[in-house]
Amino acid sequence: MSEKKTKRRDFLFTATTAVGAVGAAAVVWPMIDQMNPDASVKALASTEVDVSALTPGNTLTVLWRGKPVFIRRRTQEEIDEARKVKMEDLIHPEKDEDRAKNPEWLVMLGVCTHLGCVPLNDKGDYNGWFCPCHGSHYDTSGRIRKGPAPLNMEVPKYEFVNANTIKIG
Amino acid sequence: MSDLDYRPKSKVGQWFNDRLPLLTLANHLTDYPTPKNLNYWWTFGGILTFCLITQIITGLTLAMHYIAHADMAFESVEHIMRDVNYGWLIRYIHANGASMFFLAVYIHIFRSLFYGSYKAPREIIWIIGIIIYLLMMAAAFMGYVLPWGQMSFWGATVITNLFSAIPLVGEGIVTWLWGGYSVDNPTLTRFFTLHYLIPFLILGLVVLHIWALHVPGNNNPVGIDIKKPSKDTVPFHPYIVIKDGFALLMFMIVFAFFVFYAPNILGHADNYIEANPMVTPAHIVPEWYLLPFYAILRSVPDKLLGVVAMLSAILILAVLPWLDTSKIRSAVFRPLYKQFYWILVADVLILGYVGAMPAEGLYLLVARVATAYYFLHFLVILPVLGFKEKTLPVPLSITEPVLGGSPNLAAARNKESKME
Repeated sequence: MSEKKTKRRDFLFTATTAVGAVGAAAVVWPMIDQMNPDASVKALASTEVDVSALTPGNTLTVLWRGKPVFIRRRTQEEIDEARKVKMEDLIHPEKDEDRAKNPEWLVMLGVCTHLGCVPLNDKGDYNGWFCPCHGSHYDTSGRIRKGPAPLNMEVPKYEFVNANTIKIG
Repeated sequence: MSDLDYRPKSKVGQWFNDRLPLLTLANHLTDYPTPKNLNYWWTFGGILTFCLITQIITGLTLAMHYIAHADMAFESVEHIMRDVNYGWLIRYIHANGASMFFLAVYIHIFRSLFYGSYKAPREIIWIIGIIIYLLMMAAAFMGYVLPWGQMSFWGATVITNLFSAIPLVGEGIVTWLWGGYSVDNPTLTRFFTLHYLIPFLILGLVVLHIWALHVPGNNNPVGIDIKKPSKDTVPFHPYIVIKDGFALLMFMIVFAFFVFYAPNILGHADNYIEANPMVTPAHIVPEWYLLPFYAILRSVPDKLLGVVAMLSAILILAVLPWLDTSKIRSAVFRPLYKQFYWILVADVLILGYVGAMPAEGLYLLVARVATAYYFLHFLVILPVLGFKEKTLPVPLSITEPVLGGSPNLAAARNKESKME
């Protein structure tokens, strides 16, 4: 008899393997997921900052979720410089109007989008920030202009709780 | 004597060996026929085994005093240095041991490149070696994070961020690696766990590496297949054991020099400043043994492509046995390859140098040229050379050129056959 007579066994074999694979995956997932941010890390989601002492042309750096956040009170010159840039000249085109709703205040993660170093204030070819690690230059709106970083510095979710306090997160 | 013929002399030995053939294994390792022309470049396998054992022993003792917590790690390392009995010695041996380990592994790898040890039938030995090398880099990187100094912290940040270059899932992977939104305590504790685990994985792979080596036997400076055992071989013990032992002693002198006279020369002063997530050191540089790859990463202006280039530079080694098309193993008989080999050595040293310099101006240009040449060597020069190169005549045995005294192969062959 050349006809295949093992259909029932084939089915059992496949079904067993499938159930086994699902079972294995169900056990593996907790082992992988335990490495993701835990409840205590997620709980530190927001932070409030008093910015009353900050004068124009200065930057305050605060820690939020383990990362530095730059709060820059920009001068009129810096705002003008950021707003007159043409979109075509940008590596990651974003309008300054969208990045700083209130033009005087620029709030962003002080983390270079290349490999995560903290860029230096008032440095670089565009009068904004310069990352010492691999030479990325950012403008007065924190937008990447030159160097290996692919994106502008990230603007986190934030709001003015009152005239002197910014809530980040 | 072949392994199958071996029988322990004592009755107890026989009883034991019939149940667990450890004595057969010991006999195999003792009698293992080794080419008699192995030079000192072949002693680095033994030296590397010594390095691994040293790292494991010093690592275990350091772990008895180290505390893997973001708030206490830096202090616990200082505690080891100042309070723990001989803590300074153990830590300096461990820290410099990592550098010595890489020094030895680079010599070992370049030995293989020169004498064509990666070629058939030794591809598996070579690939296992590359996996060991990758694990060594992972272990070294994670170990460097543990003291929780500025370089530890920012090195960890930069290296883990390499994964963010992966499209779509990159950011998620980085968060997963960190166990948070930045390098922090969860990152430190998992790095400590993995740093503890990896050396044992390496140990297992070393066993496979040696097992795979013992199937075809050692390559040799002449690079020809030899009969084993024959007049071209000597037993591993005592010949190679003594030679390896002597080389190890010389190596330990260099090791001891660093440990006792310049324990911090290979490190960075910044790592004696506690980690601070608000300030990046002015100049982030990895340890010296990773510099050539760091230079490749920085020489590409695109983030994703830079990461791809850096990884390719390492992984390209795994397919080397198939990129090198020459049938002749040893560079001794490959006049052109020999020259390209030394150019490659210079190229890697140059990459290492520019990797330590700021990525700008002339340094960047040099890094780019050297990176391009590195890939050119493996992807173009090696495959083409196998077809174009006019190789020198290879002797039939290791003994032949010695007995013949030379270029006159016919005479040597004649003389040899008379002796047999």
